[in-house]
Amino acid sequence: MVKSSTGQDGAADGYVPSQRRVERERFQRARARRAIGVAALSTLVTGAVLVLVITRSPGWPRTRETFFSAAYARKALPAVLEGLLLNLRLLVVCGAAVLVLGLLLAVARTLRGPVFFPLRALATAYTDFFRGLPLIICLLMVVFGVPALRLQGVTTDPVVLGGAALVLTYAAYVAEVFRAGIESVHPSQRAAARSLGLSSGQTLRFVVLPQAVRRVVPPLLNDLVSLQKDTGLVSLAGAVDAVYAAQIIAGKDFNFTPYVVAGLVFVALTIPMTRGTDWITARMDRKRAQGGLV
Amino acid sequence: MRLANRPLRLAAWTSTVLLAAAVGCAPQDESPGGPRAAGQGPQSCDRGALPTVARGRLTVGTDKPAYAPWFHDDDPASGKGFESAVAYAVARQLGYGKGAVRWRTVPFNNAFAPGEKTFDFDINQVSISAARQRAVAFSSGYYDVRQAVIALKGSKAAHARSIAGLRHLTLGAQVGSTSLDVIHDTVRPTQPPAVFQKNDLAKSALKNGQVDAILTDLPTAFYVTSAEVTDAEVVGQFAATGTAKQRFGLVLDKESRLTGCVTAAVDALRKNGTLAALEKKWLTDAVSVPVLK
Repeated sequence: MVKSSTGQDGAADGYVPSQRRVERERFQRARARRAIGVAALSTLVTGAVLVLVITRSPGWPRTRETFFSAAYARKALPAVLEGLLLNLRLLVVCGAAVLVLGLLLAVARTLRGPVFFPLRALATAYTDFFRGLPLIICLLMVVFGVPALRLQGVTTDPVVLGGAALVLTYAAYVAEVFRAGIESVHPSQRAAARSLGLSSGQTLRFVVLPQAVRRVVPPLLNDLVSLQKDTGLVSLAGAVDAVYAAQIIAGKDFNFTPYVVAGLVFVALTIPMTRGTDWITARMDRKRAQGGLV
Repeated sequence: MRLANRPLRLAAWTSTVLLAAAVGCAPQDESPGGPRAAGQGPQSCDRGALPTVARGRLTVGTDKPAYAPWFHDDDPASGKGFESAVAYAVARQLGYGKGAVRWRTVPFNNAFAPGEKTFDFDINQVSISAARQRAVAFSSGYYDVRQAVIALKGSKAAHARSIAGLRHLTLGAQVGSTSLDVIHDTVRPTQPPAVFQKNDLAKSALKNGQVDAILTDLPTAFYVTSAEVTDAEVVGQFAATGTAKQRFGLVLDKESRLTGCVTAAVDALRKNGTLAALEKKWLTDAVSVPVLK
């Protein structure tokens, strides 16, 4: 924001902007207008070129019917939205579990002191293994392998098992994100906290973690969005999610429009999530910078 | 200000050139006589000299893995298994010997994607339906398929003697299959069915008790219960009406010039009894399975 010379705080102390300043601001406004015009024009031209290239291609009529058929979109939307409920349920439950488990793992990995060595080693082994293991294999192992053991009292519900597999893998990703956050907190913070008489546990809780978590909100959101899309893989075991609902219709009638609908629904879901976290981060920054940013 | 204008001039030139290119150089459809509707007009089916994807060869597509009893040992080129045998019979009918047939892996979804096809025809237990005919061309049917129910021996599902007996069970089927349509249209169960990417996963779920019963076509059901899940049995089959009345057809590109010839070949094989003989040889007889009403 450029503070204009005609602001109230300007008028209060009898300040009259010089001729030169008025001219400079006029010039800047003109440049801004011109920039907007050029940007609009270049966007229009780019759009026109894309539209022409796509719609004049020989396969366009077939493509339009196969991927952008209104009739199939109408047919698919209710089924896709019904499937989306499963995605959302999984996202909420698994997301919460992943954050908790990931944070615990990260804390376990950053504990100091020789007595914690086995805990550190275990946490390290866990993150190494599950970050490297392809998610689809993890899912297959858990969803079809666990019921094959015929354990008493262990569920065979594919959704629960699939959710567990997602948590196993994503907790490893998120643990590394949290660890990066914890290690990015400057050692002087820790030293200051300890010199004030905080125990190491208190230091972690009141000084290190708040700063660490705040720093890694954007990458955490990345993982959350990624998790949201991967919840669909639970359909491997027969549960019908949004993408799978689309595939069922596409496979029946040989039309790809339902996939496009499902894709757009997911994008529509991700955008508010991103904006929401941006807003939360901005609010946290504002709170932190109450004294004014230097 | 000349320097400041350079990017602008550059952008203007670029956009002009791009627009000209877009308008002038859009690729044109070069098929003679424009788009060809399938099976239109007189067809000259020169034996062994059809306008195939690869000159002088017939390229046949199927998915991988290729399941028994349709194929043998996941090897479509063996000539063993019903669909492999049918493909070679159709090829022979068109004038292509065993050496001139080339197999190609075509996933189910690619078989009906628009754009250039990499095969002359695809044989992959694809049921013919009116909706699908808007996306691909089919030959005439080479097999009348019936749907069947498989359940573990002694389970609740195994005692079902009617469609009503299946209604309260968790049923499973493969995505894109007629079996799934039968569940949705004929059985209409109270619980949402489990849908699997492959029949292999459906079999695992059945073994693990994650579903009560799975639906497949009858030949697959016989194969599964005799060789793969031996503690399961074929509970019954569905009468061939409505959704359950289905034929497998060979899949061709919607604009393929071979559709007429391939259909004629399949028709000839049906007339001279070849298809019936191959059925007898490779597929189990369905008489012994009770029909669920």
